This record gives sequence, C-alpha cells and structure tokens, in this order.
Amino acid sequence: MDKLVSSPSYLDQSAAVRERFDRLKEREVILSVRNLNKVFSANGRETVALRDVSFATHRREFLCVIGSSGCGKSTLVRILAGLETQTSGEVLVEGKPVEGPGRDRGMVFQTYTLFPWLTVKKNVMFGLEVNNAGRSEAEAQALQWLDLVGLSKFADSYPYQLSGGMKQRVAIVRALANQPRVLLMDEPFGALDAQTRAKMQAHLLEIWRKIDITIVFITHDLDEAIFLADRILVLKPHPGEVIEMIEVPVPRPRHERQVTSEEFLATRRRLDELIHAPTSHAQDEEDEAGLHAALARLTDVTDNVE
Amino acid sequence: MSHAKLFMIRAPLSPTSRTLFAVLSFALPLLVWCAVSYVPWIWHPMVVVSDPGSVSYFKDGMRVPRETFDREVVTAKQSGGAVPSGHPANPVYLPAPHQVVAALYTSFTTPPQTRDGKWLHESLWQSVQIIFWGFLISSLIGVPLGILCGAYSGISRTTEPFTEFFRYLPAPAFGALAVAILGIYDGPKIAIIVIGTLFQQILVIANTTRTLDYPLVEAAMTLGTKRRQMLPRVVIPAMMPAIFRDQRILLGWAWTYLIVAELIGTSSGITWFITQQARYQNFPNVYAAIIIIGILGLTTDLVLAYLGKRLFTWDRTGQTR
Repeated sequence: MDKLVSSPSYLDQSAAVRERFDRLKEREVILSVRNLNKVFSANGRETVALRDVSFATHRREFLCVIGSSGCGKSTLVRILAGLETQTSGEVLVEGKPVEGPGRDRGMVFQTYTLFPWLTVKKNVMFGLEVNNAGRSEAEAQALQWLDLVGLSKFADSYPYQLSGGMKQRVAIVRALANQPRVLLMDEPFGALDAQTRAKMQAHLLEIWRKIDITIVFITHDLDEAIFLADRILVLKPHPGEVIEMIEVPVPRPRHERQVTSEEFLATRRRLDELIHAPTSHAQDEEDEAGLHAALARLTDVTDNVE
Repeated sequence: MSHAKLFMIRAPLSPTSRTLFAVLSFALPLLVWCAVSYVPWIWHPMVVVSDPGSVSYFKDGMRVPRETFDREVVTAKQSGGAVPSGHPANPVYLPAPHQVVAALYTSFTTPPQTRDGKWLHESLWQSVQIIFWGFLISSLIGVPLGILCGAYSGISRTTEPFTEFFRYLPAPAFGALAVAILGIYDGPKIAIIVIGTLFQQILVIANTTRTLDYPLVEAAMTLGTKRRQMLPRVVIPAMMPAIFRDQRILLGWAWTYLIVAELIGTSSGITWFITQQARYQNFPNVYAAIIIIGILGLTTDLVLAYLGKRLFTWDRTGQTR
C-alpha cells in the first residue's frame, strides 16, 4: 500500500461533488432496507444468502449494488421487487413495507422479459392497462415513452425483431411507464456486447436525468458501477453482507473520458481491494486448489505459449 | 445439398431439397407398392386362371395359390390333359395402385348398393361430423382444464393423478356403456372420441402450459398484474401457439379413434362404407376410403398449420427447421 499513499483516495471529494451529495442526502428517503436477512433451506441444509443488510436510498439517487458471484445481490433485488420474501428484516418504500410485487417498484431483468406476443408499443402499455388505465390513454403514454428512448419507429414491431440493446430499452420504459418510485435493475446489460453496453449506460443516465426515478442497479462490472452510480453498495459473499457504502467521487455529468480520471481510478482501486481481496472463505480456496491440481500439462514441454 | 451436410444434426435444407424430400416421402412408399403390384417376380403368390384347361374346378378369372396351380399343371401334363394357363397375381386384398386410383373416382360415382345405403360422400360427411363434435366437446373441457392444471399446482394435483389413471383405460371399453346411456346413433360414437381424446388432452395441455417462461410471469408481477389477470394476460397469450400445435396433434389422435367409435351401436360413416365394401371384396374401394381419410387428415393439418402461422406471427419456435 505504501506506494499508493501519494495517489488520491476515493474518499476525497471535490467541493462540487460534496455539495451534490449534501443535496442528495437532504432529499427524502425513498427506499430503506433494515436488518434484512435471507436464509434458503433446501434438503435440510441452510444457506445464508443475506445477513443483516441495511441501507437507504434517497429520491433520484442512482445506487449500484456490487459484489462477486454468490454475494446475494440478485436475492437482494428480488426481495426489493417482492418476488421473494425475506426471512427477517424489512423493506420500506416511502415508509410503507413491501408485501409482494407492486407498481411502485419497476424491474428490469437480465434476461429479456418482453412479452413476445405483444408489439413493442403494447409491451409498454401493459403495466398501464393492468392498472386500469384507458386504452387510448395508455397508448398515448406508451408512444411518449418510446419517443424518449428513440424507438418510436419500432412501436409496431415484435420483440423478436429487435436487437438485445433495443429490447432492454423497451424493458426499461415498460417499467417506467408505470411511474414507479424505484427502478430495480438486475444486471440488465449483462447479456450485451461491450459497445452496446456502453451506449446503454449513457442512455440510462440520460433517462435518469430526465425523470423522477430512484435506481437500484445490480452489476458485477466495477467500471459500470462507478460510471453510473452516486453511491455503490459493496457486498461480500458467503453470506451476503454489506462491507461498504462508497460515495463515488467522480463528478457529474458523467462521460466516457472520466474512466481515466484520478477519482475514477481511486474508486476502482478501492473496489478491487474490496471485491478481489484475498478471501478467507475455505470453499473458494478449495476450488482454486482443485483447479491447479486438475490441470496437468498436455503439451510438449518445449511448446510454450508464454 | 452436399452429402456432408445431409447428416449434420438439424442442418437446414434449401427450399428445393425440402420439396424434393417431401415428394420422396410419398413417392417411396408408392414405389414399393408399384413394385409389388406390377413386377411379376416380386411376391405375386397367386395365379389368376385365364384358361382352365382340363382342370375341372378351375374357372376363367379364378384366383388360386401358385402351389395349387403348379401342382395342377404337373398333374395335367402327366395325365395328358389340357394344360391350364394363367398369370401371376397378388391376393385380392392387395389391389394395384391404378385400381385404387380408379376406385377413388368410382366409389364416389357408384350409387349405394342397398336402398337405405349411403353414398361415399354422405358417409364421409357423417364421419367428419362425429370427429368435429367429439373433438369440440373434448377441447371445450380439456383445453381450459389443461391450462388451469398447468398454471395452478392445486388444480393440477386434484386433477392429474385421476386423469393419469383414466387415460390408460381403452376408450372402446366404454362402448357398451356409451350405447346403454346414449343410444345407438351418434351419441356413443362422439362419447368414445371424447373419452379417447380428453384425458390425453388435459395432460398434454397442462404440460405445455408448464413450459411457460417463468420470468415473464415475474415481469408481469412487477408491472402490477393482479392474480386474476395473470391467466388471461400472460399465461394464455404466451402459450397459445404451443397449445395450438398440441391441438393439431390431438386432432390426429381423435381421428384414430374414429373407426372404433363408428363400430359402436349402428355402424355408420366411413367405417360402415369400409366394412360394406370389404364384405363384397371390393378392396380397391376399401383402400380408396382409407386414403381419403388420410387426405382429409393431412389437409386439415396443413390448413391448421397455415392458420397457426398467420395467427401467431410473433412465434419463433421451430423457425430454423
């Protein structure tokens, strides 16, 4: 660590950034999670997926949740969505406890979940219609939303006719059309190629700027988290626990060039420390050891690639 | 189409080879039939006598087994009598293709042999009606119940074990019962079709409904879909194309019960026609009737397949076939 002393810490915030965080924290709390625990039991074995997770997000905050695989981040977001029930603890949206799924929390999944039998426009109208909006009203709103993500041309296309990125854009506005308080996103860009992913990130930030929405975004991509988030909730695996809530010191508005900025790199270093820290977990070590032992050399000793 | 690609797993075919292979699938069995019928040294276990010679019980046009004929030829030669002559033939129950083709036409133009008999087209129409009503009644119960079973575990557990048991009971076994309850005309026949189809239908549709992509249900829930909306808004529209495909297969199933069903009570429809023709040893007509059933079935299926394609343009299943 000695040689890093001279580099800026992720905790250093410029005046502008600090002022932004002060304003953010003044805004009301939209989503608060208190002492959340989740235990899965299968075949008589109990697995603790989440242990004592607590945090709160403010209105119009962009929160990323990050952690290596098995840290329970997907479980967390599914509990927030109401698709799973916690073992103990509570989730409050605007002070009201979450009981099952509801239109106050929209969700975008990693797998494309557009309804394949509905056109793009009708997909966006779906949430409005099941919540008793009139057809013409729903249609007018759907078209506005599609306009927001530049997909008006595809209003009458079916999902199979869209690319992966376009599908996720539709999925985002389908969730937003319900005007939820919180938008939950479970690794939504995980299946996209790097280029599309970068475009979608910029796109998402643009949407977020334009409307009153609080976003909880799950990812395992550290750069994605830093690029998007106001704050990053870092979880550790086995069991899933909060290790740190990081305030991202990278100023807004964000753009791709910031990836090489000092604040970005400092945050990146911190995340690397937290996520890739030597794990004490026995199972991981076992896996690693098993991998090395199993890999015998299968080529000629003189035939080296490195 | 190169040979190498022909045996690649699920390799797509060019339109030309698709057509070619489809033609072949009909041409090959037809070719076998032609060979057996027209090539004298393939099979032909009988001889049709054209000249009885000195054999007293031979008559012109009589069909006798080849061994008998050969024996009589030898006997005639030894006894110095007139040697009988004839040409090799197949048994009467295997007419040649051209006879059946001719019968396809003449069976429609031949008036019924008895006064209360029916023309072929009338018999066919009767059969089609039996199938229609049988399949309709079965579907009206089976499709909704199958969807409910596929969607709700409680309904599935209260329905499927019994259905599973009942589907092993052979439908014709209920024939006598059906006659006792529903009389001797169309009622029991429709009932047999229903019994034969319904129980399979419930299970098939239930299994299909269970293949619903669960994330779609979750997505709908997060959009605020209420429980009572889930079936009409998500489950049914999502499963429609697959259920439609199942229905096509099940309709074929219903046809296979037709002949047994029509034997129950008073024989009717195409079955009556077939048994009647077989009684008069009019085998070309029997084959013609059987082929007509095949043509009817295949045509219905093709029409339904086309309809399915038009109805569910969004469905991508099996696109790369």
